[in-house]
Amino acid sequence: MQTEQLIERLTAQLEPVRVLRAPAWRALLWLMMVAAVSGALIMRFAPLPAILPRLAVPRIAVECVATALTAVTAIIAAFQLSVPDRSPRWLWLPLPPFLLWLAASGLGCLRNGLSLRGPNGFFGDSPHCFAFITCASVPLAVGLFWMLRRARPINALPVATAGTLGVAATAAFVLQFFHPFDVTVIDLALHLSAIGLVVLLGTAWRRPLLDASIEAGRVGTA
Amino acid sequence: MVAAQAGNRAAYSQLLREVTPFVRALLRRHCSHPQDIEEMVQETLLTLHRVRQTYDSKRPFSPWLGAIAARRGIDGLRRRLRVARYEVSAELAGYETFADPAANIDIEAVRAAGDIEELLQRLPPRQRAALEAVKLKEMSLAEASRVSGQSVGALKVNTHRALKALRALFQDVSK
Repeated sequence: MQTEQLIERLTAQLEPVRVLRAPAWRALLWLMMVAAVSGALIMRFAPLPAILPRLAVPRIAVECVATALTAVTAIIAAFQLSVPDRSPRWLWLPLPPFLLWLAASGLGCLRNGLSLRGPNGFFGDSPHCFAFITCASVPLAVGLFWMLRRARPINALPVATAGTLGVAATAAFVLQFFHPFDVTVIDLALHLSAIGLVVLLGTAWRRPLLDASIEAGRVGTA
Repeated sequence: MVAAQAGNRAAYSQLLREVTPFVRALLRRHCSHPQDIEEMVQETLLTLHRVRQTYDSKRPFSPWLGAIAARRGIDGLRRRLRVARYEVSAELAGYETFADPAANIDIEAVRAAGDIEELLQRLPPRQRAALEAVKLKEMSLAEASRVSGQSVGALKVNTHRALKALRALFQDVSK
């Protein structure tokens, strides 16, 4: 097909579109919705009398804030990267809080003397944490990808990576309110494995999830 | 672009026609083959159409379009590398004996078979007979023993010696 013919076809197919709001605004909207739902769930189900005194401990407070910041920055990065003319460097935004989160969690492991056994044995509650992060990430990812796919990202990989890191970090943040004990090495490894799994699945299915295939454009013009 | 987002077809047609030379010039940085450039230009226009809702009128248009063109240029380059890995261009194919690569492989195989036949003739008769029956004709040891008149044990020994001698002959020939 000649380029001139393609222009005629695209012109003939033109429909008015609703312009997307700024990425920062859309990220804020998603974060506010998630904050409202998570806040309600924490208030209703979390063992707050056991959790709140722990949050007064500086290391745990830093870990909690770093997890939340990882989630917020990763979600902002995903929305920014979903638009063509934004810098690819947005992908690095969640890295500092993510490293801080790892450092704070690692410090928790060190305080436990790198013990492999928590209060409830070798695995303790780790499998529950793994299940919580992966399962809670699914509805969060569905909502996030539903919003991100409206932009039809031209490069889906960084969007999916940042987005899935954002939802996994959100799930890990909420988990901290149901996890009133220090992490063990096994705990941390399973938390990271769960995050890795969520990122892996999200990036593997990025094209259909984000409606990012150029082939869809070809079908539209056929 | 703002008019195109609102559904103005005349403005959209004019925009696409005006940006095409700009896009083509950008894509020349990624590729020099005119046909590939034209394919990338079309993919850029298709992508522009698909993501036109993401253009923010408060921001400049050129970086938005340039990012789309650059992305499609990279995709096009990757596709070309993938194709180049598995396909031979018509010009290069002329240097092969046959245009079909499989035919060249077959003719090499025929030549190799001829070389092996010569080397087999240099083996002692009992070793050659054992090798032909057991390895080339893929007979069972009992069947090969009946045909060659050698015991099963002798067949095993002669096949092993034949392969060893053949390997040595191959090394002499390659030197």
